[in-house]
Amino acid sequence: MLTMTSISRSFGDNRVLDEVSFDVRPGRMTGFLGANGSGKTTMMRIILGVLAPHGGTVSWNGSPLSTEQRPMFGYMPEERGLYPKMKIAEQITWLGRLHGLDRATAKENTDRLLAELELTERAGDKLEALSLGNQQRVQIAAALVHDPAVLILDEPFSGLDPIAVEIVLEVLRKRAAAGVPVLFSSHQLAVVEQLCDDVVIISKGVIAASGSREELRAEHGTSRFELVVAADAGWVRDLPGVRIVELDGPRAVFEVSAPDGEQAVLADALRRGAVRAFSPVVPTLDEIFKEVI
Amino acid sequence: MSRASFTSATWLVAEREMNVLVRTKGFWISFVVTIVGLFALVVLPTVFGGDKPVVAAVDSVASILDGEELEVRTVPDRAAAEALVRSDEVEAAVVPDTTGESALGVRVVALNDPPDDVISALVAAPPVDLLDASAVNSGVRQVVILVFALFFLLFGMGGAAIAQSTVTEKQTRIVEILVSTVPIRALLAGKILGHVLLTMGQVVVLALAAPIALRLGDQGELLAVVAPALAWFVPFLCLGFVLLAAMWAVAGALVSRQEDLGSTMGLAMLLVMGPYFGVQFFSDNPAVMTVLSYVPFSAAVAMPVRMFTGDAAVWEALLSMGLLAASVVAIVLGASRVYSGSLLQTSGKVGLAKAWRHAD
Repeated sequence: MLTMTSISRSFGDNRVLDEVSFDVRPGRMTGFLGANGSGKTTMMRIILGVLAPHGGTVSWNGSPLSTEQRPMFGYMPEERGLYPKMKIAEQITWLGRLHGLDRATAKENTDRLLAELELTERAGDKLEALSLGNQQRVQIAAALVHDPAVLILDEPFSGLDPIAVEIVLEVLRKRAAAGVPVLFSSHQLAVVEQLCDDVVIISKGVIAASGSREELRAEHGTSRFELVVAADAGWVRDLPGVRIVELDGPRAVFEVSAPDGEQAVLADALRRGAVRAFSPVVPTLDEIFKEVI
Repeated sequence: MSRASFTSATWLVAEREMNVLVRTKGFWISFVVTIVGLFALVVLPTVFGGDKPVVAAVDSVASILDGEELEVRTVPDRAAAEALVRSDEVEAAVVPDTTGESALGVRVVALNDPPDDVISALVAAPPVDLLDASAVNSGVRQVVILVFALFFLLFGMGGAAIAQSTVTEKQTRIVEILVSTVPIRALLAGKILGHVLLTMGQVVVLALAAPIALRLGDQGELLAVVAPALAWFVPFLCLGFVLLAAMWAVAGALVSRQEDLGSTMGLAMLLVMGPYFGVQFFSDNPAVMTVLSYVPFSAAVAMPVRMFTGDAAVWEALLSMGLLAASVVAIVLGASRVYSGSLLQTSGKVGLAKAWRHAD
């Protein structure tokens, strides 16, 4: 497990991270959310040792992370970067060797990854000859070639078309399923919602919320329900302890003040006729995000 | 997974630098042009200047030219001979001497300059004993100094590739991946090592080609003088290149975009051009040359030149090389500090002082 404890960092007088603490658990995809300038990239650079923190520690399985351990990380920086004039297979293999793999293993991993990312036929092309989306896939391969024990990806999905998102997602899920902690930042909340297990929300350099996706939803969920009946649902508005949020013909969205107050509403609805749908309204990540930051 | 050791990381970086550079057309073009230029400089004068001089000779004295390395056209009288000289068809004419001034009984007629080769063909030269055998004629000397200085300039400027490669890494931000993987010093060491090895390779090929060219050019005596100087030049040039390589790497690390490279390359360029012009201008001034041959950057070219002209003793060369090696260590260490202090500053240009302090 990767643990960040009280990480602080300033640039001049600007405090970008203030006592930031959170965990990235093995085998789980952790989404790292925050508005532009909230400190996501700074945090990731500190994890990778590219920037030094002004306070706090990053630890791996309980002990502070050492320089020697950093090459076991797979890193995809926010501003993409590989050698534009180097052939992609050669480039990925070289990065694998730089991370400590021998030539044969690096070559083998490169071939496998390029196949997984559907880039095999471009293996001999220079990076600059590829479309931006494909360059992005190469960047993913560069982060994965040495079978990293931890993955830190800054906006891995930005710039990818939906098909590419699926391909990359598949590759990342496989790593997470193998027990690798994956931390990725994103501002595309819908994407994060669909694929992360844990969520960390950072706002102005402090952690605004963190936990598993379900926990967060439960925590930030209101006692809000949606009811769809066969006839008009106008009667709901007259029930005690019920506040209507939205009412549209047979559909009503309401909040109850007492615990299990929704059960009375359901019983009432069933007595009046057919019930087409009845469900709690779960807040989307988008809503939680807007609420906490 | 084991972290690649400092040495293997350095070597991997060096290997990449070399791979990239030898695949560029520019590298091979400049290398081939240099070799061709070297051969041209040495061989062409022999090819073009090697023809036998054409001489007109009046019938009655033509026999005196028998067996000489001259192409003789016989003419009936002095007037005809002079006509050929004036029309530039012959270099000179040999005519009977009527005044009795000439021991040989002939006069040489030429247009504006006394024709040395014709005269020497006519005169039996006495044997010459040279007391200072290393003294080469001054024209040849200037050419050799020029060639030394040109090589220094060429390879010194070639170091700009290090600045290019550094700024490419900064601009594409691959530097973040590299820095999170290997020590920054290994990056710098690998870059310098890769370019030094490539440069050494070229210098050695040129140093081997020079004697071949000199022999082809029938300049055996010159070869005897140049060979020891070349043996000094190769190590001096390589050490000098390491110094320059460190300066180029710093020039690249201080900026974030290729377009800004011009603003930091000035110092490195000065350190290449300075010694080049210094040696060219002051090759006749022993005092200045002595100073230049000990100052780290210019020593790389000035000391081999002094060894060539026979103005410096072996101990001087060794001392200068020691100084050069010591300054290589000092400058590379300093450069590595500035390099690591500026490599991750990817917004605009970094001041030297700020880079030195590692401030961010």
